Amino acid sequence: MQIAHYIPLFPFLAFVINIFFGRRLKIVSAYVAITASIVSFLFSLRVFECFKAGEASYSLGTWLTIGGKPLNFGIIIDPLTIMMLLIVTFIGTFILIYSIGYMHDDPRFSRYFAYISLFMSSMLGLVLADNFVLLLIFWEGVGLCSYLLIAFWYERPAAARAGLKAFITTRIGDTGFLVGMLLLFFTCGTFHFTDLKSLTGPEPILTLAAILIFTGAMGKSAQFPLHVWLPDAMEGPTAVSALIHAATMVAAGVYLVARCFPLFVDHPMALQTVAVIGGISALMAASIATVNNDIKRVLAYSTISQLGLMMLGLGVGGLSAGTFHLMTHAFFKALLFLCAGSVIHAVGTQDIQKMGGLLSKMKITGVTFCIGTLALAGVPPFAGFWSKDEILLTAWNNHHPVLFVVALLTSFLTAFYMSRLIILVLFGKARSELHAHESPLTMTVPLIVLSFFAAFAGFIGSPLKEAAEGAQGSFVIMAISTVVSLTGLALAYLLYIRRVVLVPVASIQGLHNLLVNKYYIDEIYDAYLIKPCLAFCRGAFSFDAKIVDGVVNGTAEVVQFCSGLLRRTQTGLIQNYLLVQVFSVVLLLIWLLKI
Amino acid sequence: MIPLAYFTFLSAFLFCVGIYGALTRRNVIGILISIELILNAANINLVAFNKYLGTPDGMGQVFGLFVIAIAAAASVVGLVLIIAIYRDRKSLFTDGFTLMKE
Repeated sequence: MQIAHYIPLFPFLAFVINIFFGRRLKIVSAYVAITASIVSFLFSLRVFECFKAGEASYSLGTWLTIGGKPLNFGIIIDPLTIMMLLIVTFIGTFILIYSIGYMHDDPRFSRYFAYISLFMSSMLGLVLADNFVLLLIFWEGVGLCSYLLIAFWYERPAAARAGLKAFITTRIGDTGFLVGMLLLFFTCGTFHFTDLKSLTGPEPILTLAAILIFTGAMGKSAQFPLHVWLPDAMEGPTAVSALIHAATMVAAGVYLVARCFPLFVDHPMALQTVAVIGGISALMAASIATVNNDIKRVLAYSTISQLGLMMLGLGVGGLSAGTFHLMTHAFFKALLFLCAGSVIHAVGTQDIQKMGGLLSKMKITGVTFCIGTLALAGVPPFAGFWSKDEILLTAWNNHHPVLFVVALLTSFLTAFYMSRLIILVLFGKARSELHAHESPLTMTVPLIVLSFFAAFAGFIGSPLKEAAEGAQGSFVIMAISTVVSLTGLALAYLLYIRRVVLVPVASIQGLHNLLVNKYYIDEIYDAYLIKPCLAFCRGAFSFDAKIVDGVVNGTAEVVQFCSGLLRRTQTGLIQNYLLVQVFSVVLLLIWLLKI
Repeated sequence: MIPLAYFTFLSAFLFCVGIYGALTRRNVIGILISIELILNAANINLVAFNKYLGTPDGMGQVFGLFVIAIAAAASVVGLVLIIAIYRDRKSLFTDGFTLMKE
């Protein structure tokens, strides 16, 4: 049964209903969105079953003919797509349920559900597309929804700015993606993913195309140096951060690299670029997260770091490792964001220095938060352990010792900052007046379900079967990774519960400043890219206003001035005209008679 | 016999007086009279040349009669226009008549 192409249609229908009738539907708009999401989930399950029964990709017919070659309206069905379909619809459903509680008194309640539905529709279309052109359309669709939802509370200037920042930063990556895609088309004449396995063309150009396509992934997945938008994107509602900026949309970049994996494998330099960029992002973001005091921003940097780890996994040649981590990360990071949302909902602040001791007041949120933390920190047997171990193992087996150490260091920092986060939020004494209370059922039920998956998703494996089997590979690596994670936990325990001073504060003040200021990357961009760019734009604007408009207006003014002079002759007095006539005749006579 | 030059000089003089009047008079009736002078200057020429060139059938004289008749008709039309303008503007002076400008 070819039903996969119906999957994105249900959320789109929900979007249409909510955007046009949302104001009258009120709370019902949430039910519309949730129903659509559940139906899509059931369809995705059915597609999974059909796939196991041997169904393959199919095409709905030719969409366009470009350069004499047909471009199909094709649907791709393989383990990667099915995994993404299930993640998006499953996590999406629970985040929608959570949103009922989280957004309950928002004036744009139904608008919110409309946008989320549109996002899910685009995301599902993105993972089903079998060629670059179709993928790009949905790719921009999710980018648009991301912008709309980051700037959802656009009355706040910070939110409006963050939305713009996200849109423009990802657009830089998208430009690279578009150029890479066209380069590939003009070199090899194909847009279809299935043709990537057998490309023939000049090596440097294909490498360049692969790297440019990766630029798009860098923008979407917030990889260094295009990572700056993701922390600011936390201005949006927390449920949006959970769905779009943790579990699904930011994983689209990783998905793209995984989808084009044959291309990258054939060109080692491109693959190396992916791994190095991933490594830099992973380590850099993790180190920033250790000093940040905003509960959501810590998680945002953690997301950048984990996405970097996925890229690293793909870059060292581990397709299944990277995508497996994508899946487990989607569960526990969505969970962590929802927990953070629940905490923010209860205490009304995002500053973790003002929280503390919340575990006793919010039992469900607290416990699920701890489960998410252990999963992210990579403590066995939680989900994050298995997938992270897989990445470490691949890096080691494929002889990338430096990247192996980077990944190990990242997981140490991850364990440390996550422990710091929950210690400051959940344990100890409250450091300010907090009137915390447990969140309503619509919010806690998704937490419980997701925490179940955060704990056990590592065992069920993924549609990529070999991922789970490979995890049993090396006992030594497992042991090392466990020790590293536990060391991170222990360090956080010593520093933040026992309050042990390990090194003099003054000696690390410089490093601390560097981290608090996020390596000054925003400032550097501002000084060396944004300011010159704005200066150039102002110059171009004044050139337009003064020179281009000046020429046009000047022409008009000269004409007007000359006509003003000529206008004087038009007195309207008949005698003047007669006078001119007489003089003219006299002159004519003089000329004719040659006097 | 009076030489032809006398007639042509008279005619030219009348024509110039007429042109001068038409160009300088502020009063519309004055302009109309000046135009009559111009026409009559032409008439004098017609009649004089008819006589001196000895055209047998008196073509020039007949033509002069035509001009007088048509000039009368033209004056009628002119006077009617002047009355219409006067009713509208309550004035006979051309300074205010700048409708062609607007």
